[in-house]
Amino acid sequence: MDNLYRENILDHYKNPRNFGKLQNPSASLKLYNSACGDEIEMQIQFRIHPPAGGSKFIIDDIRFSGQGCAISIASASMLTEKVKGKTIEKIQNLTTKDILKMLGVSLSPSRLKCAILPLEVLQKTAALAKEKENKV
Amino acid sequence: MFDTIKIQKDFPILKRKIHGLRLVYLDNAATTQKPKQVIKALVDFYSKHNANIHRGIHTLAEEATKMHEEARGKIAGFIHAATPREIIFVRNCTEAINLVVYSWGRKFLQRHDEVILSESEHHSNLVPWQFLVAELGIKLKFIPVTNEGLLDLKVYGKLLTQRTKMVSVVHISNVLGTVNPVEKIGEMAHKAGALFMIDAAQSLPRMPIDVQKINCDFLAASGHKMLGPTGIGFLYGKEKLLEAMPPFLGGGDMIREVYLDHSLWNGLPYKFEAGTPNIADAVAFGAAIDYLENLGLSNIFLHEKKLTEYALKKLLAMPEVTVYGPKTAEKRTGVISFSIRDIHPHDVAQILDREGIAIRSGFHCAMPLHQKLKLPATCRASFYIYNTEEDVDQLIEGIKKAIKTFKI
Ligand SMILES: Cc1ncc(COP(=O)(O)O)c(C=O)c1O
Repeated sequence: MDNLYRENILDHYKNPRNFGKLQNPSASLKLYNSACGDEIEMQIQFRIHPPAGGSKFIIDDIRFSGQGCAISIASASMLTEKVKGKTIEKIQNLTTKDILKMLGVSLSPSRLKCAILPLEVLQKTAALAKEKENKV
Repeated sequence: MFDTIKIQKDFPILKRKIHGLRLVYLDNAATTQKPKQVIKALVDFYSKHNANIHRGIHTLAEEATKMHEEARGKIAGFIHAATPREIIFVRNCTEAINLVVYSWGRKFLQRHDEVILSESEHHSNLVPWQFLVAELGIKLKFIPVTNEGLLDLKVYGKLLTQRTKMVSVVHISNVLGTVNPVEKIGEMAHKAGALFMIDAAQSLPRMPIDVQKINCDFLAASGHKMLGPTGIGFLYGKEKLLEAMPPFLGGGDMIREVYLDHSLWNGLPYKFEAGTPNIADAVAFGAAIDYLENLGLSNIFLHEKKLTEYALKKLLAMPEVTVYGPKTAEKRTGVISFSIRDIHPHDVAQILDREGIAIRSGFHCAMPLHQKLKLPATCRASFYIYNTEEDVDQLIEGIKKAIKTFKI
């Protein structure tokens, strides 16, 4: 916990990557962490691979917005970088462990919620996008 | 003289080291620490007197019953109730308010009746009333808070109508520490023909309260915020009102005669205390009241006022820090909510924890107040009898550390 506020976490907190909104997202979703008032919205745009009649959904672009503590914002920022170009299946398979590895810190249970919120939002957004696509 | 050093010696937990450092406990609005006298009362009860009450005629049952009722008597004396029958033991302040809502509210309120609360209520004095909006079609009105966080009594006067049946407000805000003028609010409520209830969760621990002088009809409080154990609190209600109210829960102890098709209720206060109560914690709550009375509530109030003043001065001198609510200690006490520019309260709380300092971060169960004052989640430092200027100094040092860590 001593190295919780490491340089890279503070950097992502102060200069979050992929922060903002997409023009035409395939799906977007906002969730709150009601205990602390954190709020994270994820927007994704995907493409189908291979282009003609492919079966893979690939994250083409992603943005997040919202407010939260250093841990939740850094987690969201790093996550968006990590998943760009990845398939939705891969995103659905990400776990808490992957997030902790990505952040490079260990967290107490109460802070874990902050770190996990972005992944939860992303996975739900991805599921939403896929659902929409299947309906078309 | 208010001897904090001597007081600190009574609190075993204050000897604990947090991350190798002295514990600076500034989360007293959430719950206070317990002196050894209270812990001893608990241990003594279970070691020497434990039995169920009101049932047995053996020695232990007699002793336990007597101790339980003595604790009730201490509370009655502490708040200057007319009789111990006006003190109903419950789990906490939240349950006390719910008791009034469920028992009094369901019986005496009808569609279109109005209940007035304030915008600075803790969720416990808001959510239960919302149940009655859904169930009975009553209407809730809110005394607005000014930008400073004080209740706007001019608007309150206009909210009162013939339909107003109850006014229920928080005495000391758990977010801003503002002390609301309950005598005046109650007087206006009574003039309009309404009843008046006080949420005293934060006030009873830190100022003298005389329910007859304030002339409130109900008052709710929790033991754990005033040196007592968790799991015990009480509702004060005027005897006449309590007599007219139906029981809240049914079962043992609350009945006089039971037949298969009906029962006759017990008298006060037992009518509202179904089942085996929290005997040991009530007894220890009594010990907490002894401790507080020994110190003197006026002295406690003065001590916290001075600390609040000291902390306000220091916090307001920091350009990175925003303090919410009144900027002087004149209209507030005990609790200070603040934020640090560009650092989320969680991160502040976490960095302070590394320094051994315990504060609270978040919305403090008063989300509507945060929305009204457009407050983000905030950091909250709250004081009690064992806190010193040194604790405040350490808080300030911790905040400086957070600012340094985040390089703002
Ligand atoms: C003003 C106020 N009212 C009510 C409560 C509820 O107290 P409890 O959780 O003990 O029922 C609190 C506690 O946080 C409070 O600060």
